[in-house]
Amino acid sequence: MEQADLQRLFDSKIEQEIRIEPKDWMPEAYRKNNLRQISQHAHSEIVGMLPEANWISRAPSLRRKVALLAKVQDEAGHGLYLYSAAETLGTSRDEMLEDLNSGKAKYSSIFNYPTLNWADIGAVGWLVDGAAITNQVALCRTSYGPYARAMVRVCKEESFHQRQGYEIMMSMAFGTPEQKQMAQDALNRWWWPALMMFGPNDSESPHSQQSLNWKIKRVSNDDLRQEFIDKSIPQVEYLGLTLPDPDLKWNEERGHYDFGPIDWEEFYRVISGNGPCNKDRLEARNKAHNDGAWVREAAMAFAEKRQTNVA
Amino acid sequence: MNSKNWPLFEVFIRSKNGLSHKHVGSLHAADPAMALENARDVYCRRNEGVSIWVVPSDHITASDPGDAEELYEPARDKIYRHPTFYTIPDEIGHM
Amino acid sequence: MSPNQSFELCLRMGDNALILGQRLAEWCGHGPILEQDIALTNISLDLIGQSRLWLSLAGQIEGQGRDEDKLAFFRDSNEFRHLNLCEQPNGHWGTTLMRQFLFDAFHLPLLEQLCKVEDQQVASIAQKSVKEVRYHLRWSSEWVVRLGAGTDESHEKMQQALLDVWPFAGEAIQPNAFDLELTETCPPYNVQAVNKAWWSSVNEVFNQANLDVPEANWAPQKGREGIHTERLGFILAEMQFLPRAYPDAQW
Repeated sequence: MEQADLQRLFDSKIEQEIRIEPKDWMPEAYRKNNLRQISQHAHSEIVGMLPEANWISRAPSLRRKVALLAKVQDEAGHGLYLYSAAETLGTSRDEMLEDLNSGKAKYSSIFNYPTLNWADIGAVGWLVDGAAITNQVALCRTSYGPYARAMVRVCKEESFHQRQGYEIMMSMAFGTPEQKQMAQDALNRWWWPALMMFGPNDSESPHSQQSLNWKIKRVSNDDLRQEFIDKSIPQVEYLGLTLPDPDLKWNEERGHYDFGPIDWEEFYRVISGNGPCNKDRLEARNKAHNDGAWVREAAMAFAEKRQTNVA
Repeated sequence: MNSKNWPLFEVFIRSKNGLSHKHVGSLHAADPAMALENARDVYCRRNEGVSIWVVPSDHITASDPGDAEELYEPARDKIYRHPTFYTIPDEIGHM
Repeated sequence: MSPNQSFELCLRMGDNALILGQRLAEWCGHGPILEQDIALTNISLDLIGQSRLWLSLAGQIEGQGRDEDKLAFFRDSNEFRHLNLCEQPNGHWGTTLMRQFLFDAFHLPLLEQLCKVEDQQVASIAQKSVKEVRYHLRWSSEWVVRLGAGTDESHEKMQQALLDVWPFAGEAIQPNAFDLELTETCPPYNVQAVNKAWWSSVNEVFNQANLDVPEANWAPQKGREGIHTERLGFILAEMQFLPRAYPDAQW
């Protein structure tokens, strides 16, 4: 088939909501765009394990400990599903990990913030996972088949994460005065970074329009952010906590909440490497990868030896 | 170092007896035995399966989407292969 | 089994599972490859799950209103009854797997014994746990063999890991007064059978892994009597800090 015919076939599949599968012809830019988005998403899952794993050893009850451990383990699984989806585009997981470890690849900047008290674990599950789910539900209809299937699996598994977080917030917000204070402190620190998770405003988002046209992204950054804010406010009110945004108010005309300006300067500073924990996160990932090299190598050597013995 | 990377396996899981194995995703493992255990640990954490198959990804032979026309379209108009092609009077009942 | 005996047994079983589970959980997010990060966390989750059952039962038998969390978070180190093996540091992946194997090789035959005791509550926890632990032993044995017989580097690391962990392994199979008492009063429980099964796994796996089994001249370890190594204080300081700092709080 001629290039132009292939392009027409591809466009018509996108138009008719027919998923693109790994062996199908696709424009190089579409492949690259998907690879970038899926691998960033995968990196975010595994870097995202770190701030939460920080509290596993200190979880205040055994029930909380197993729930948190299972949740952080899920993030490893989600990273794995996403790397697998990205690998169908012709780049190996190891190559992607190299890009992450060298600092070349990006991941969600939210994970460069520290978890400072136990309520942070509640706030992360509730707000960070909540924001991620809002985004991921939309991505279940993304145009690249393996990515959409990974998202369906991730969404199914994540349904307990947000509830786990909110339950912690409830026990803190309705607990002793010290606990309530921890809950408020955590909310103050996580609210704005959670809103930044949806990415820059649509007008500033470099890849957004093309991604929407290709149906890699299904809903724009600003629309998702608004949806998340509208959903979260009654949840905050139920807890009796206050959001750190004096401009927040219901807008009858729009049918949405209005909110104050986001500090995009902070967002870009954190993304470009100057957040509170960027260095720690990358060091931890590099250490795990490098310390594991001899293990991976030995397992491979052993498998090869056994193969030879059998043959 | 690349040759030391663990190969990719495709994972198929039977969710309960009576159903066929279904592709659920892939993972890396050093050998097939480890791939089975990894599949158990990664893909069966929520009671998803009663049986697992793993297959090295490079052992799968796949059709070429470019051949779709000649492979699949010829079947489209062979409607005489479907029961609705044949007319049987109502009084005969279900057949 | 007398209430005192089952209380003591539950603490031992629960503390082994809790402290080792806590140690394994330190790996979460730091494993050598995603698949194995997930696999080890599964084992940690199994163990902490088992510890909840054992400690809950211990609290119930004691009848003083202590639940799993009271027992986990409000006892001091001299009240913990686990083997000192369980509290040893993770080291590298090979050390962790070596410690795991030496524990699993003891844990499985012990649970198999407990499945058959008359005390129904003890037997039922053992019956649930034994299925999990059978997989643990399979998994850790395979890893010890894989690394022992993998590359020269991995072989050397595993031989060293064995030397490091071995001094703590003896406690698992050297009966103390309580083990002998149980063997006498609670048949079919038999501490010698656990000992025998442990040696058989150890010899078989180390043979396949090309690892030399060190001499069995173990230094005395008394974790089961509450005399632990210096490691435990730090584990507890971390694990127990929140409930102890805010004793009135519900989490």
